Amino acid sequence: MSRDQQLQQQNVARTVRRVLLGLVLMVGFTIALVPLYDVFCEVTGLNGKTASSAQVVGGAPVDTGRRVEVQFVTRNAPGLPWRLDAMEQTVWVHPGEVALARFAFVNVGQELSSGRAVPSVSPSQGARYFRKMECFCFQEQWLEAGERSEMPLVFQIDPDLPEGVNKLTLAYTLYPQGQAIGGYHEQ
Amino acid sequence: MTSRSLPRPVVQQSASEATAGGAAAGHHAHQPRGLLRWVLTTNHKEIGTLYLLFALLMFFIGGTMALVVRAELFQPGMTFILPEFFNQMTTMHGLIMVFGAIMPAFVGLANWMVPVQIGAPDMALPRLNNFSFWLLPVSFTILLSTLFMEGGGPNFGWTFYAPLSTTYAPPSTSFFILAMHLAGISSILGAINIIATILNLRTPNMRLMDMPLFVWTWLITAFLLIAVMPVLAGVITMMLLDINFGTSFFDAAGGGDPVLFQHLFWFFGHPEVYIMILPAFGIVSAIVPTFARKRLFGYASMVYATASIAILSFVVWAHHMFTVGLPLTAQLFFMYSTMLIAVPTGVKVFNWIATLFRGSISFELPMLFSLAFIVQFTIGGLSGVMLAIAPADFQYHDTYFVVAHFHYVLVPGAVFAILAAAYYWLPKWSGVYPNVKLGLTHFWLSVIGVNLTFFPMHFSGLAGMPRRIPDYALQFADFNLLSSIGGFLFGISQLLFVAVVILCIRGKGEKAPAQAWEGAEGLEWTLPSPAPLHTFDTPPEFVPERDSPSRH
Amino acid sequence: MLQLLYRSCGLLLLLTGPALASAINTSSGWNMPPGVTDISREIYSLHMIIFWICVAIAVVVFGVMFWSLFVYRKSKGAKPAHFHENTTVEVIWTAIPLAILVIMAIPATATLKKIYDASDAEIDILVTGYQWRWHYQYLDQDISFFSNLGTPRSQILGEEDKGDFYLLEVDNPLVLPVGKKVRFLFTSNDVIHAWWVPDLAIKKDTIPGFINESWTIINEPGTYRGQCAELCGQDHAYMPIEVRAVTEEVWLSWLDEQRETAAAEAASGEREWTLAELNERGAGVYTTYCAACHQADGSGMPPAFPALRGNPVMTSAEGRDKHINAVLFGRPGTSMPGYGTTLSVNDLAAVITYERNAWGNDTGDAVQPSEIRALLDR
Repeated sequence: MSRDQQLQQQNVARTVRRVLLGLVLMVGFTIALVPLYDVFCEVTGLNGKTASSAQVVGGAPVDTGRRVEVQFVTRNAPGLPWRLDAMEQTVWVHPGEVALARFAFVNVGQELSSGRAVPSVSPSQGARYFRKMECFCFQEQWLEAGERSEMPLVFQIDPDLPEGVNKLTLAYTLYPQGQAIGGYHEQ
Repeated sequence: MTSRSLPRPVVQQSASEATAGGAAAGHHAHQPRGLLRWVLTTNHKEIGTLYLLFALLMFFIGGTMALVVRAELFQPGMTFILPEFFNQMTTMHGLIMVFGAIMPAFVGLANWMVPVQIGAPDMALPRLNNFSFWLLPVSFTILLSTLFMEGGGPNFGWTFYAPLSTTYAPPSTSFFILAMHLAGISSILGAINIIATILNLRTPNMRLMDMPLFVWTWLITAFLLIAVMPVLAGVITMMLLDINFGTSFFDAAGGGDPVLFQHLFWFFGHPEVYIMILPAFGIVSAIVPTFARKRLFGYASMVYATASIAILSFVVWAHHMFTVGLPLTAQLFFMYSTMLIAVPTGVKVFNWIATLFRGSISFELPMLFSLAFIVQFTIGGLSGVMLAIAPADFQYHDTYFVVAHFHYVLVPGAVFAILAAAYYWLPKWSGVYPNVKLGLTHFWLSVIGVNLTFFPMHFSGLAGMPRRIPDYALQFADFNLLSSIGGFLFGISQLLFVAVVILCIRGKGEKAPAQAWEGAEGLEWTLPSPAPLHTFDTPPEFVPERDSPSRH
Repeated sequence: MLQLLYRSCGLLLLLTGPALASAINTSSGWNMPPGVTDISREIYSLHMIIFWICVAIAVVVFGVMFWSLFVYRKSKGAKPAHFHENTTVEVIWTAIPLAILVIMAIPATATLKKIYDASDAEIDILVTGYQWRWHYQYLDQDISFFSNLGTPRSQILGEEDKGDFYLLEVDNPLVLPVGKKVRFLFTSNDVIHAWWVPDLAIKKDTIPGFINESWTIINEPGTYRGQCAELCGQDHAYMPIEVRAVTEEVWLSWLDEQRETAAAEAASGEREWTLAELNERGAGVYTTYCAACHQADGSGMPPAFPALRGNPVMTSAEGRDKHINAVLFGRPGTSMPGYGTTLSVNDLAAVITYERNAWGNDTGDAVQPSEIRALLDR
């Protein structure tokens, strides 16, 4: 084997090592994309996502010169014999003001079950200004058969909410917990 | 893996010629014969042939599925197949054409032509090359077998959006994921090989800017593959976990997000689109100068344009998602970045036309297919500019206008370029020219068929026909009738191409000299036709001032 | 040659023109519909501007190309020139497209900004995609209903002539007043759908667990039809949209009508129904809501959609609670939605009774609306 061939083999090996390194980096990048996406969504409000844990009250003064309508929508995903009702359909708040809305959960089924309300805010550019100090959506809920439970949502609209937005809709979709997804995969 | 796949000692210096040559000859002497020879081959030309034949087979399987779809759409009503099976046909058609036909065809062309165009004796990693090919038949056997499983095959579109492809998918979906993984690994290994070959095995004196454009476009394509195939692998692995292991990457019930799937998919998917078109640019850039008997205009700008398109492809993905409810700023960003792609793409078209301008043009078969490519690809490109306009896309999105757009880019675009390449290099591969009469008939029937199929789709889409529907409102009937007739015409006329290929394989036809086309440049034309199995065991002489496509 | 082909193709279409005359939207039959809102017209003119720019580009590019092909034929003795680069020319044809794109981007940006301004809407409607029907909820009017495909199956199967609005008609259209700003909220019960009405120029994905929004002000009374635009499973083609735009007075009286009907339904839910009554009504409900998956004869499409005929849940007394629960609350992670909040107790009782008695299930079991009411109101 001549020196040139050896050199060429070394070069090929080096190229392959570098490409494999690039490949590994891209795999890592792909895995990192999942948490990055969540962070990105929380920061920018992309896709109407709100923070997944309680936030502290923002210190900005209440903007009494402006009122924002906050509308609540509740839905049931298939598979959970619960009712979820917003006790107030809409609440008018001043940006910066800490407000309270109550929601009633009822398990109309025959056994103990758990569910989780998944929030989504529209318009999505308003989501990051929707600060929640207390929310039932941060964890799953358990209800006995026939049990009714009222739970509060304590929230604040950040005064930085863009001027054009004067109505925010917060939708809660109630999903059953503890069941594997994959419909008929389990059959 | 890397150390075992290193190249054989093939680049011979005169001093060591006897021993090294002897070793190589000894190795080849032990080669098995018959079928096993093809299974075990590590020769780039044989593997290239395997890739091309595999792609041709998949082209017909995927094409048959398209014809099943067109038959159902021939007239309104549930006439021929059930909607559930229709969805399986559209999905499988897309998957097979993208991953089984177009991509392997380009890899096959790269296998055949990249080593001979850069003066290398073989690919850098020949055994890996064999492995990456044989993953494909395994992958597509698994994919096709899902059609016979309980609940049927994939029915969620080739874009397999969650949750339709996870929570609501048929049980065979895990096999679909396995098949995609295998095809993805095959692509990655192929890309590694191509990069290693191009960067290390060029004949002495050939700098990067002396490489033929086909080699350049493939180098860039291979880097795209390395960058995005892991993303595809990641996204289908997440699907697999969601389906079988109770995670919720894409399921809102567990805190996931179906839109995340689309972001990840299109982060892979848009570069993937360019993976299917960049090598086509390289082919056309080889053929047009040959038959215009004039050097390619703007070699350097062609290279830069290709690189720009590849880089831009990473920042445009959400233009596939204008209707998912992106914020205004995101919508604007992706609209602008997408429009920007028109600039380098336009440069390419202008360069080809400038090459034709004041040339000495003749219309051999490869040239006809290339010219048709330029026209038809430009039509697809212009409708692409329309689709980039976000507000207008609210009306175009997910309609037949989109179907028309991407088929114009991929069928009269990429497929025509592959056919052009086949007609161009068949004399080199087989030693005989393709039959001109059959080829001309094939060309004209293909042009008529493909335009009759896809041009009316612009109209049905604009008038309001959504894609992926097995049945439609009555006022779309005329357009669909035309599309179906065109589809069958195009499909059936591809059998003529098979006849052309068989004639060439059997050596029936006019014998081709080494320089098969009068105006052709490049190292492949210094080899005899047909090219012997082993070529450039000694690196060919390359004088940039005389041989480089970028010479002054 | 290709242009010739297109022209003859177009000619053929013009000859069949009358058949193409579109009744389903404001489209000419082969172009985008201008629509009936300010936004839709703006989008239409944007589309036409870009279209003509693209046509102009195509004419110039293909013109030069075909002219070169014609003039510089080798068969005519053309000798090749030797130039192969020219920086000035290359800069020019990079700059010109860039300028054209900027010209296109300006009106597109303006239109997009308008589309994103949903403020000050007067009516809020929650649109929910289901496999394979739409559900509309008037959030402030306390009215909600499903909107199902109105085309009979016999037309789809070709046993009967297809009507003018084949696959574009529904049983309960969405009724909206003209001249008022309507805000739509979109979500989905199962997979991703997309709500598209070309004449309103609205196409928005409905995503399970998330909401999206859009808005419209309809200028002219009329019926505007659309379809689901995102692949959502086997009956993706069979979930059309029908929007009926009416004057405000008509809309208000329609609202009253809806409330009266709902009240009458609620009242009749109080009384005891006979098995025959329940079965008769149940057959209709079954055809509309269940037959697409579980099939008219209850045979289902396993493994996706289980058979109901002979299913122990439907034939045994022990399965009764499970059966009622499945219909009321759905099955998690499957295409089976819960109808407890979306259908009337009469419909629910009727369809459950029907499923327990049809196709030889013969339990003789009557589920009363009052029983369902009691379950839902617990």
